[in-house]
Amino acid sequence: MAESYRRSSWKNMLFVAPYLTAFVTLLVFPLLWGMWLSLNKVDLFSGAKFVGLKNYARVLADPVFAQAVKNTALFVAVSVPSLVALGLFLALALNKTTRGSAFLRGLFFSSSILSVTIVTLIWRVVFIPGDGLLAVLFEAMGWTPIGFLSTKGWSLFSVGVATVWWCLGLPMMLFLAALQQIPADLYEAAALDNASKWRVLTRVTLPSIRSTIMMVAVIQIVMQFQLFGQAQLMTNGGPAGSSRPIVMYIYETSFVRWEIGMGAAASEILFAIILVAAMVQYWLSTRKEEA
Amino acid sequence: MSAAIEIQSVTKRYGALTVLDDISLTITPGEFVVFLGPSGCGKSTLLRMIAGLEAVDAGEIHLGGRRIDTLAPGQRGVAMVFQSYALYPHMTVAKNMAFGLENIGLEAAEITRRVTEAARVLEIDHLLDRKPAKLSGGQRQRVAIGRAIVKEPMAFLFDEPLSNLDAALRGRTRLELAQLHQRLGATMIFVTHDQVEAMTLADRIVIMNGRKIEQIGTPMDIYHRPKTRFVAEFVGSPAMSMLPVAAVTAESVEIAGLGRIAAQLPGLSGFDAAGAVLGVRAEDAHVLPADQSGLPFTISVVERLGDRTLLYGRLGTVCDLVVEDTGRSTAVAGQTVSVGFNPAALHLFDAAGRACDGLGG
Ligand SMILES: Nc1ncnc2c1ncn2[C@@H]1O[C@H](COP(=O)(O)OP(=O)(O)O)[C@@H](O)[C@H]1O
Ligand SMILES: [Mg+2]
Repeated sequence: MAESYRRSSWKNMLFVAPYLTAFVTLLVFPLLWGMWLSLNKVDLFSGAKFVGLKNYARVLADPVFAQAVKNTALFVAVSVPSLVALGLFLALALNKTTRGSAFLRGLFFSSSILSVTIVTLIWRVVFIPGDGLLAVLFEAMGWTPIGFLSTKGWSLFSVGVATVWWCLGLPMMLFLAALQQIPADLYEAAALDNASKWRVLTRVTLPSIRSTIMMVAVIQIVMQFQLFGQAQLMTNGGPAGSSRPIVMYIYETSFVRWEIGMGAAASEILFAIILVAAMVQYWLSTRKEEA
Repeated sequence: MSAAIEIQSVTKRYGALTVLDDISLTITPGEFVVFLGPSGCGKSTLLRMIAGLEAVDAGEIHLGGRRIDTLAPGQRGVAMVFQSYALYPHMTVAKNMAFGLENIGLEAAEITRRVTEAARVLEIDHLLDRKPAKLSGGQRQRVAIGRAIVKEPMAFLFDEPLSNLDAALRGRTRLELAQLHQRLGATMIFVTHDQVEAMTLADRIVIMNGRKIEQIGTPMDIYHRPKTRFVAEFVGSPAMSMLPVAAVTAESVEIAGLGRIAAQLPGLSGFDAAGAVLGVRAEDAHVLPADQSGLPFTISVVERLGDRTLLYGRLGTVCDLVVEDTGRSTAVAGQTVSVGFNPAALHLFDAAGRACDGLGG
């Protein structure tokens, strides 16, 4: 029995082979190749030349990279809590079986299926100076118009608004799924226990979905650190690099200046940042649970 | 702390489906009442209407002289133990019990006193710092009961609280609930579909079926004087056998296709035998010695229980019957014996299923 099981076991590999092939060729191999590239000086003409950690030193010394890191960190620090809070709020408000809330759920989720080009197009219509929605509104109210896409500070903010609108669907759906897992009799027990709405929210609902809150936060940290398309299309990183994220720096270094080794080094640094941020978030929330 | 519960003409509908139709019931202070009935007959719905978890479509509910069906669940002065226990999974046992008391702003010292006292009584003091996930089914059960006790409610509501326990624990907890009721003297309503729980715990049993209350009475009333054919067949194990009736007099009943048997049915007049049946419990039917004549009974299964023997078979070719014999019975399957009945313990039901004699009335 054990013998025949062992002999047949290599065949079991066949079941995972399709996925494993894709995983290795599309993820593991590029990851390792990227690491190797980051240790070489690579350009279009001369091929690779091993330079050790020199690329890392150059990236870390680059003030443009420092600015991109700062922009991205700020962006993540604001957009992720916004996404979690808004997603949670919408999920709590729409966790009903009425037709109206089903429609609104669909509506709020629908933005998620749009491509980044469409999303930025929509938000450019809102933010663009002159004929944009906000510009018209400001004019009608007699306020001084703001160049949302071309003013330092406002440009990153505008990218953030578009991003939150675009990405809100997934957190909301995950929270809704979690809310629906909470047994109804807990709420009945709480009603018999005279719990106020606030106490029900903080003592029953939120503790029941804390692992989902945690998961949504980690997913969003990982996703928002990779901000690129919206910034590229809405502000092109401007003005003066004030809305340039790390991925845009990587793109420009690798494919505009063709310093592929340096771009790879910046990628590895981004990889490390995301890993650390996600781990810290995970550690923080599990530690609280133990206590 | 115990109070009377008065249910007046209560009706419940889910859309076009009427689940409870014009139910009225009075429960005296300190009484232990069991709602018994088959699954889906509306026992839980009635209990949840008392608790305030379901709206009342018509009628009123009063507790201790106060109308409660318009109040929020927490305002009614009742505590409920759920079938699934419904413990808050993220709170410790102590927090679970204290939650309801904190919500009404009871002072901390009093909360601690009540929780400690209830934990001591229920022997869960050593579990107070644990979360529900780290408890066994029986321990969770106790915590759920503890959470009800600390509220010192005017009435306790239990919705099949024993059905998630294994058989041994169920028996023990049943006993403890009876003791708890004696000690607290509180009004308790207990919902179950298990007749053993109902018979052993209840002061009075409310038998429910098909939107209606079939009968309200003490366990012995229900068992010995069932008012309807449904009650007669639902309560008692093995179930009461039903024999078709051809004609009836005050002293005898003619079983269709078999012959007359003696019966004591005083005060019976103008009875319409069409569609009527005669109910016989196994213990009221017996195998006759070879020299006495009775109705022919062909045994198909012999169930030996040690102290008694149950014989399952057919009476002539007419109907099924269960007969109780002594533990030393020599009956074997396939044998045909003659059986007799205790004339004082027969239950006559008319075509509509109503009991129609001095006994069942
Ligand atoms: N929320 C509901 N919507 C529609 N029908 C319901 C609902 N709750 C219960 N019912 C119906 O009401 C009847 C009584 O249910 P319930 O009180 O739970 O029965 P019991 O506790 O006696 O088994 C059942 O037929 C059930 O299908
Ligand atoms: Mg039920």
